[in-house]
Amino acid sequence: MNNGVLGGLRSVITRDLRLSMRRRGDMLNHLVFFVIVVTLFPLGVGAEPNLLRAMAPGILWVAALLAAMLSLQRLFASDHADGTLEQMLISAHPLGVIVVGKMAAHWIGSGLPLTLLAPVLGLQFDLPQQALATLVLSLGIGTPVLSLIGSVGAALTLGVRGGGVLLALLVLPLFVPVLIFGAGAVAQAMGGLSAAPHLSLLGAFLAISCVVAPWATCTALRVAYD
Amino acid sequence: MLEFRDLACERGDLRLFSALEFALGDGELLLVQGPNGSGKTSLLRLVAGLSRPAAGAIRWRGESIRALGEAYARELLFIGHANAVKEEFSADENLAVALELAGRHPTAAQRAEALERIGLGARARLPARYLSQGQKRRVALARLCLAADVPLWILDEPFAALDARALELVVGLVDAHLARGGAAILTTHQAVTIAARRRFAIALGA
Repeated sequence: MNNGVLGGLRSVITRDLRLSMRRRGDMLNHLVFFVIVVTLFPLGVGAEPNLLRAMAPGILWVAALLAAMLSLQRLFASDHADGTLEQMLISAHPLGVIVVGKMAAHWIGSGLPLTLLAPVLGLQFDLPQQALATLVLSLGIGTPVLSLIGSVGAALTLGVRGGGVLLALLVLPLFVPVLIFGAGAVAQAMGGLSAAPHLSLLGAFLAISCVVAPWATCTALRVAYD
Repeated sequence: MLEFRDLACERGDLRLFSALEFALGDGELLLVQGPNGSGKTSLLRLVAGLSRPAAGAIRWRGESIRALGEAYARELLFIGHANAVKEEFSADENLAVALELAGRHPTAAQRAEALERIGLGARARLPARYLSQGQKRRVALARLCLAADVPLWILDEPFAALDARALELVVGLVDAHLARGGAAILTTHQAVTIAARRRFAIALGA
């Protein structure tokens, strides 16, 4: 099994996770950024509980989105700079397997901690229990989409000067539906309605990007090296 | 084993070479020579399958390398200008990662032996950021010690940053590879003598 698809996937994921453990500072930076951005809002708009409760889903989702953006830039950049990406393109494993592995590792290192941290920050906005559960669920479904779509942008802006801003311009519009339905699900739950329709739509986005994003990323990487 | 037919390469608007015809067999060595910017690295990247030729075809055992895909990648060892060495990983971890990407899984003892041979035995567990440029190059080249059954070696300036002893060692590894019946393509600006059954030289930009 070592040489099969699963073996290749496992080795890429463990490599990337071990690497991000060695660069713990980078990972912590995103989480601290997330916490700070979310905390700035109550300070800026004032401590009116009803207002904060109403704004909470949007603020938490936008902050999560920006934090995910920050980490995307480095998804391929360091492997590109030191030549590892070159070896990945001519690896014995299909490029698709490597790309999916890198996306999964990116989500485990950025989306998952954000998802787990979000309910703690939700308390800060006095979100009811039911809404907190929906928040975790919506981020759990939505953040993998950010990693998937984001990696296409990261691959397209590889080696481009000022790639960071370009990446944001490219990817943020594509994140809009995820933001609408993610924050919408939490707002629904807060109003005592069922969040299921919004979550189903998020799930549909996840399914589509699972199919399209790895293929698009592979193509972009091959073009970058051609 | 390896064949180029009517190969051409363009970088931007510049045509680096065209109508290149060549065939490389078992135990044969191809030295790619030429001044800076003449397309040596571009040729090696074409042969490795990293980029597509502007015209012509590259065949491996009669089949196009594009069609072979990963099956060709398994038969190939490519070491480019960049060492693909991660500063955060130790020499041993870097070697393990590089080999895993190539679909190979040698034991820890085999890796230790390879690093010992390349002269990094004492520094195998040190993060690569503490290694010198030449030592990082050795980490990349340590793969050669564990690639006895890989038929085609493509080495881009393998001797860059190496000291005299390491150079001799790597030349020895390439010699042994050719003697086993493997093929090798390399570029270098150093004057080295590699024993091969047959050796060819392509001079680009002449």
